[in-house]
Amino acid sequence: MSRKRTTLLFYLFISPWLLGFFIFTAGPMIYSLFISLTDFSGIGSAKFVGLANYAKMFTGDPLFWKSLWNTFVYTIFGVPLGLIAGYLLALLLNTKVKGLGVWRTIFYLPSLVPAVASSLLWLLIFQPDFGVANAILRWANLPTSNWLLSEAMSKPTLIIMSLWGAGGGMIIYLAGLQDVPTSLYEAAELDGAGPLRKFFTITIPMTSNVIFFNLIMGLIGSFQVFTQAYVVSNGKGGPNNSTLFYVLYLYSNAFSYFKMGYASALAWILFLIILVVTVIQFKFFGNKVYYGDSTN
Amino acid sequence: MDISKVPENTRKKKSRSIKQGRKWSKIISYLLLIILSVVFLFPFLWLVFTAVKPEREVLTFPPRMFPSVWKWSNYPEVFKLIDFGQYYLNSIFVSLIGVFGTVLSSTLVAFGFARLKGAGHGIWFALLLATMMLPSQVTMIPVYLIYSKLKLVNTFVPLTLGAFFGSAYYIFLQRQFFLTIPKSLEESARLDGANTFQIFAKIMLPLSVPSVITVALLTFMGFWNDFMNPLIYLNDQSKYTLALGIMQLQGSHVVAWGPLMAASVMVIVPVIITFFVGQKYFIQGIATTGSKE
Repeated sequence: MSRKRTTLLFYLFISPWLLGFFIFTAGPMIYSLFISLTDFSGIGSAKFVGLANYAKMFTGDPLFWKSLWNTFVYTIFGVPLGLIAGYLLALLLNTKVKGLGVWRTIFYLPSLVPAVASSLLWLLIFQPDFGVANAILRWANLPTSNWLLSEAMSKPTLIIMSLWGAGGGMIIYLAGLQDVPTSLYEAAELDGAGPLRKFFTITIPMTSNVIFFNLIMGLIGSFQVFTQAYVVSNGKGGPNNSTLFYVLYLYSNAFSYFKMGYASALAWILFLIILVVTVIQFKFFGNKVYYGDSTN
Repeated sequence: MDISKVPENTRKKKSRSIKQGRKWSKIISYLLLIILSVVFLFPFLWLVFTAVKPEREVLTFPPRMFPSVWKWSNYPEVFKLIDFGQYYLNSIFVSLIGVFGTVLSSTLVAFGFARLKGAGHGIWFALLLATMMLPSQVTMIPVYLIYSKLKLVNTFVPLTLGAFFGSAYYIFLQRQFFLTIPKSLEESARLDGANTFQIFAKIMLPLSVPSVITVALLTFMGFWNDFMNPLIYLNDQSKYTLALGIMQLQGSHVVAWGPLMAASVMVIVPVIITFFVGQKYFIQGIATTGSKE
């Protein structure tokens, strides 16, 4: 096949995505950038306001800061805890236990439950008056909590809920762990390395690519947390805005208050935050990650 | 250390203590696995048993795991309280269209990226990967405004049309699989006069059944579980999908917990069935995206 013909066929095959890229990604991004510079309710005409939406965000909107803070707290605790929980589960499953498939299924299934259904279930479990969480605490003579109805506990409760889904990461870690050649451990044992030393000098570095992948995807996902918060607070982000996460606030601005301009500006700031955080991760960890011998 | 020089009895002692240590670590492993399994399974059990509890027993403190009478009528009650059957059909419809569109577009595009190194290949592939990082919220508002202009809000079009233009994540997954298929097969087919499209349809696709199933299963879950898009686009209750529909049971004043949990069970069951049917593909597919970059 000639080079020209290959190029033609290449574009023919990728044309669905290419079209989609322009219609659903690139075009809307430009449109969104424009809307973010206007005062626009979605109907009628947009009024150009320059950078006023961005200025308002940073100087005149406490809810912007509140939602940013909420998302930050949820992410800074939830993502590392989720990573560690998933990794520990994978390590446990990688110890040549019998019935691997059964254990793996038990830990993985919760991560597949639709967010709406799991949030409703946890909402019941964490009911202050008749929920089973408080019943267990009472039985163990520990102090009970108002959980999702408490301003201080609502975010920790959502983090606990998110840990139920740690099995999603576990599957990826487990695959990574199973790829580590056993010869490395054997060599280290001959050199007299103990279990902890082997863990930190072999296991962690050799699975750094999957840890890195889960970290990046985990952070991106966590910044966009929406459904859980919407369901447990009935779309309001309560109590006292303590579950008003960034995307929930963005959604409310766009589809409850019809401030499309302001919501678009919020979306661009979110994009910038995710971009910066991802670039920083690549800068700090990117060169320390081991990608194996594959050249793909 | 040369093991042959160690006196016989110390060697035995040492191997016995290692064996003892192994035995203990095995016991601890299983103990941890059992405790953690109870923790992970407990919410499921709570869900299933609450779904058949009389409302009075849901609201007592301390609550009990098992109902005193099994109130199976919570299940038919769901269909009386909300238009559950309709939501079910809507979810199935949207999910199937979504799966069809995604599989069709992702395999075509992935083939292009895996096998046809045309001019600009590298740039477009980098862009494809970059779009995975883009939060959907950036394009959500303009795309909504476009659909609104086209009078397509409150239809299933905004929920499903995008699938036909491929999704970066699934294209990537499918491409990774195509790369593992040896090129020699195509070369001999080409010698027999097959064109590129025939190679795609008659060689690559049949050999990619596992990854196509993976993509199909993951897409199905994605559409079945989606909450935000239906929330934005669907106004009429008759158009609601399940994720949106069951929220109605969580009314603003009184929550009917029994029926709500019964409804949740019915929403989760297809997901669990899907998982068990395609377990092998699932775990492989998810592991592939994570580890082989």
